[in-house]
Amino acid sequence: MSGLKTNNPVIRWIEYRLPIFSFIDHAVGSGYPTPRNLNYWWNFGSLAGLALVIMILTGIMLAMQYTAHVAFAFDSVERIMRDVNSGWLIRYIHMNGGSFFFIVVYIHLFRGLYYGSYKAPRELLWILGVVILLLMMATAFMGYVLPWGQMSFWGATVITNLFSAIPLIGESIVTWLWGGFAVANPTLNRFYALHYLLPFVIVGAVVLHIWALHRFGSNNPLGIEANGPQDKIPFHPYYTAKDAFGVGVFLLFFAAVVFFAPNFFGEPDNYIPANPLSTPAHIVPEWYFLPYYATLRAIPDKLLGVIAMFGSILILFVLPWIDRSPVRSAKFRPIYKQFFWIFLADCILLGYIGAKPPEGMFLIIGRIATAYYFLHFVIVFVLSYVERPRPLPSSIGEAVLKGGGAPAPAAAREKA
Amino acid sequence: MAHSATPAHPDDGETRRDFLYLAAAGFGVLGTAAVVWPLIDSMNPSAEVLALSSTEVDLEPVELGQRITVVWRGKPIFIDHRPQAAIDAARAVPVNDLPDPQTDEERVKKAEWLIQIGICTHLGCIPKGQAPGDPRGEFGGWFCPCHGSHYDTAGRIRKGPAPKNLFLPPYEFTADTAILIG
Repeated sequence: MSGLKTNNPVIRWIEYRLPIFSFIDHAVGSGYPTPRNLNYWWNFGSLAGLALVIMILTGIMLAMQYTAHVAFAFDSVERIMRDVNSGWLIRYIHMNGGSFFFIVVYIHLFRGLYYGSYKAPRELLWILGVVILLLMMATAFMGYVLPWGQMSFWGATVITNLFSAIPLIGESIVTWLWGGFAVANPTLNRFYALHYLLPFVIVGAVVLHIWALHRFGSNNPLGIEANGPQDKIPFHPYYTAKDAFGVGVFLLFFAAVVFFAPNFFGEPDNYIPANPLSTPAHIVPEWYFLPYYATLRAIPDKLLGVIAMFGSILILFVLPWIDRSPVRSAKFRPIYKQFFWIFLADCILLGYIGAKPPEGMFLIIGRIATAYYFLHFVIVFVLSYVERPRPLPSSIGEAVLKGGGAPAPAAAREKA
Repeated sequence: MAHSATPAHPDDGETRRDFLYLAAAGFGVLGTAAVVWPLIDSMNPSAEVLALSSTEVDLEPVELGQRITVVWRGKPIFIDHRPQAAIDAARAVPVNDLPDPQTDEERVKKAEWLIQIGICTHLGCIPKGQAPGDPRGEFGGWFCPCHGSHYDTAGRIRKGPAPKNLFLPPYEFTADTAILIG
């Protein structure tokens, strides 16, 4: 442990007995060397952390006002909106915070795909990230059920019914999940309990994620390892400042939606109390689930549809072993780079199809887009053998200094 | 440790220790399972949910061609007073062509009364077709708007992602025009 330089006797007294200050310094302080060339796409990890904190804080405040019972849940949410001091604000922050959490995490994920952040030695870091995504999806799904509107009820019905596709034991599992023979009060109660629990499980997974990150440090836009101290700068103050700037921009967008379009991401049908005897004509999940929903509906077989839907995420677990190219960054992979953008477009297309009724052209496009989603991973596998990457720079420092600022004399560069 | 004596019969000692390890681990696993099971089982339907309710329905006021929905165990039950044309359409279909082969006769107790659980066997939505003016799908039965499953006039799945025909509740005719569901 490099010594913490301070003259404050209190900090020194504590540090001697519990080295927590040097721990923080090594985690997010000046004691954490970070590649000097990180671009703004590297802001989204810390933004995801911020979103998680916002969700937990507002969630705890909402929990103090919410009633998890089918007869009171909808009204208790309306009470939060009308009677509780600032209740409308806390609920809108929580509601839209979920959407922004997913926006930030999806950008973070595609950043990793573009710059090859999942490759050795960061496979476990990537896998923990996918685990966090799955936990987020479970948490978001159960949170959406709590207001007990029409979309809550029918979303819960459709998603829990996914498990009935499991042969033989499927029906028993669904009954067990419901605690009855339909989505009802026992279901709402357990979803509330789990919705409160899972965010703290996410915190645990995030700790592991950051732990794994610090083993080898951040990847960087060039995807090459740092050669030495000249390629790195301390996290604090350089990246704390840069992350803080990113937080400001993030909050601008977030506040714009919370204050001016709080129901932009929502479905009007969820302001109708749940009715177990009438399915809304057009049920859709929240936007962040739409691509998976499109995948589910694209396949005309129940079990295979469910397998494809879960498979579309589970395949990310093995991506580090599918992509065998030694070059990380798409900057130096001219063909992979193009397929990356096609893949991103395909995911957005799937999201669009997921919001449309499953008929006519939408169904056909959905099938093609689903097939391409999985084909992408085959392409990535083949590319790692046939693609000829561009030459890599010999160090981060060289590429950075060549890129901008005062150009170093040629002779000096050769020496470096 | 230098002073610890080696057993005179090392083989015997090893066997005994192995047995103790296995027995302890086995008991640990059994004990854990015995404690975990009640926790898992507590999430299954409780006694008051399991208490079977039955629903009596008087079919007298249901006119020919009318469809009504009643509730049994929190689930919608579709009752269809089928006209002859619907029965004929259902019986004209070659059974082997169906995704879930079942004859129309197997699905009814009296041909004009089709009584089924109104929950799509795909992912649990309530299919359309009960109210006048609802879409009834390509086969004149029910249509599930969630994921596009079409059911015919016998409630059999004909097209779309649902794997099974609409399920049938247990029921019996207590009179000519009265049923007891459950």
